[in-house]
Amino acid sequence: MKQVTEMNIIVLIKQVPDPREYVRIREDGTLDREKTRGLINDCDKSALEAALRLKERYGCRVTAISMGPPKAEDALREALAMGIDDAVLISDRRARGSDTLATSYVLYKAIEKLGKFDLIICGAESSDGGTAQVGPELAEFLGIPQATFVEDFEVEGNHILLRRRMDGGHEKLRLAMPALITVLKEINKPRTTTFSGILRAMNMPISIWSLEDIGAEVDKVGLSGSPTKIMKIEKVNLRRRKILIEGDNVEEKVNNLLRILREEGVLSEVV
Amino acid sequence: MKDYSGVWVYAEHDGNAISRSTLEIMGKGRELASRLGVELSVVLFGYGVSDLVETLIEYGADNVYVSDDERLKYYKTLNYAKLLTELIRRHRPEIVLFAASYKGRDLAPRVAASLRTGLTANCIDLDIGDFEDREKGERFEKILYQIVPAYGGNVVATIITPYHRPQIATVRPGNFQVPEKFPGKGKVFQINFGSEDWDDDVEVLEVERDEEDSKLEKARVIVGVGVGARGSEGVKILKRLAEALGGTLGATRPVVDAGLLPHECMIGETGKVVRPELYLACGISGAAHHMIGVRGAKVIIAINKDPKSPICEAADYIVIGDIFEVVPKLLEKLGKHGDAL
Repeated sequence: MKQVTEMNIIVLIKQVPDPREYVRIREDGTLDREKTRGLINDCDKSALEAALRLKERYGCRVTAISMGPPKAEDALREALAMGIDDAVLISDRRARGSDTLATSYVLYKAIEKLGKFDLIICGAESSDGGTAQVGPELAEFLGIPQATFVEDFEVEGNHILLRRRMDGGHEKLRLAMPALITVLKEINKPRTTTFSGILRAMNMPISIWSLEDIGAEVDKVGLSGSPTKIMKIEKVNLRRRKILIEGDNVEEKVNNLLRILREEGVLSEVV
Repeated sequence: MKDYSGVWVYAEHDGNAISRSTLEIMGKGRELASRLGVELSVVLFGYGVSDLVETLIEYGADNVYVSDDERLKYYKTLNYAKLLTELIRRHRPEIVLFAASYKGRDLAPRVAASLRTGLTANCIDLDIGDFEDREKGERFEKILYQIVPAYGGNVVATIITPYHRPQIATVRPGNFQVPEKFPGKGKVFQINFGSEDWDDDVEVLEVERDEEDSKLEKARVIVGVGVGARGSEGVKILKRLAEALGGTLGATRPVVDAGLLPHECMIGETGKVVRPELYLACGISGAAHHMIGVRGAKVIIAINKDPKSPICEAADYIVIGDIFEVVPKLLEKLGKHGDAL
């Protein structure tokens, strides 16, 4: 049985736009992330925290990988400040606009280049895309077992014991490693970075890899290499009848409201 | 790509009944299949599930591919994905639909990646249409339009998968009505599989059914709680209102984030999609990412202090007023009118 101390953990993180900021949408339907402040996606931060707790307990090596524009380096710098060992940024203009299949293919090639790993932890879904697909698609490329929407887990020898959310409840599973899990943000409360952590991170290298560096085929990535395409984007029309319910005081307004409820037939059984 | 034909739905169940979200998707699947002039097929995996085949036929399945096997008693990603992928490779459907449930979102990406095709998550609508790729000079007829809310719910995007088959999508539960029964041709195919590539890397230790079936999806009346409820006092009177109307409570994201109501009450882009007879929005500003979840409501009535609030555009009727004045008065009158209180 393998010693837990030899474990290599990979954490996948995504830089997402600050939800409080306005983000411009480009003509081709992709987001213009360059001018916005980027944050580490919520549940990816929980994934980092989960990996760091294993590291503190067993001394594993933790590598974070991100794919994105050059400024996604900030997200990795923050992960280094939190305490991870290595950081890799896959940044290549030709990868812009990759859908989930193309993204998981690129991550797969990068992980192949990194070599051996025991556990991959990623956030369950991103706050901007919210597809929850990259984790399972990557697991399929790697041919390893997966568990998604994990709320709690521990390492036991060569296995992961975990509790995951499921329709109508929860499930407890035992997964053989190497494996991939995606975690919900409720799994833990991520640490904040300390001043000494930030200082330490400033001097640590971040590997920046192009498509050539990881041996990814260019025709399988980016907008043109993605099976799904954005055909059009429209404003949602949520406008309705907008009829003001009149009344000089609360009493009158409520009387009119009750009359309308009856007329609309939505209250016939109650009133 | 011409040799891909048919619409498939992956059926979810709890061992006793087909899930509501599957029936919703079957209704839409039936409609897509008619427009394409193809058959609707449903895939059913599990153990002791043969009784459920009848339901699938009643709701429009022309073909049911069923695998009833003890080894399928528990949902296991790798084995289910392998089996389904193999079935898709053999029969080549042009469209495969999953519920965007925990299970569906676990299984669909695995299958899509194995087939190296596209997958669109959390669709709120599906349609059939044409597409012209001017760059490549290619024209596609009758492909699947996969409609998803994007970028905070202010816009919807139409996603297509023109060059790959099958076209796969997960569909948000609650978006479509459960259809009327409309029996399909109902041919049943038993699927057997060998044990040679059975995978045992995952063991299911325990299944906990600890969540109540959500009341939101079935509710006729939903009282929506927004930040205007100003804390637990507001939640309390709105709960009384929901009870008086024979309904249940829903909430916006900030209300759930503040811990005033549980996560399963959340409605909107990142929460549930509902279609009640009446949605009574109380102290809700009307942000698009929330309102996209109640788009299917028959009537939306807003009670709000601010006549300039966006909710006033997105409601059928608006009462301008403080919910702490309007709702108690409403409760009083409802009490007088019947035995509902």
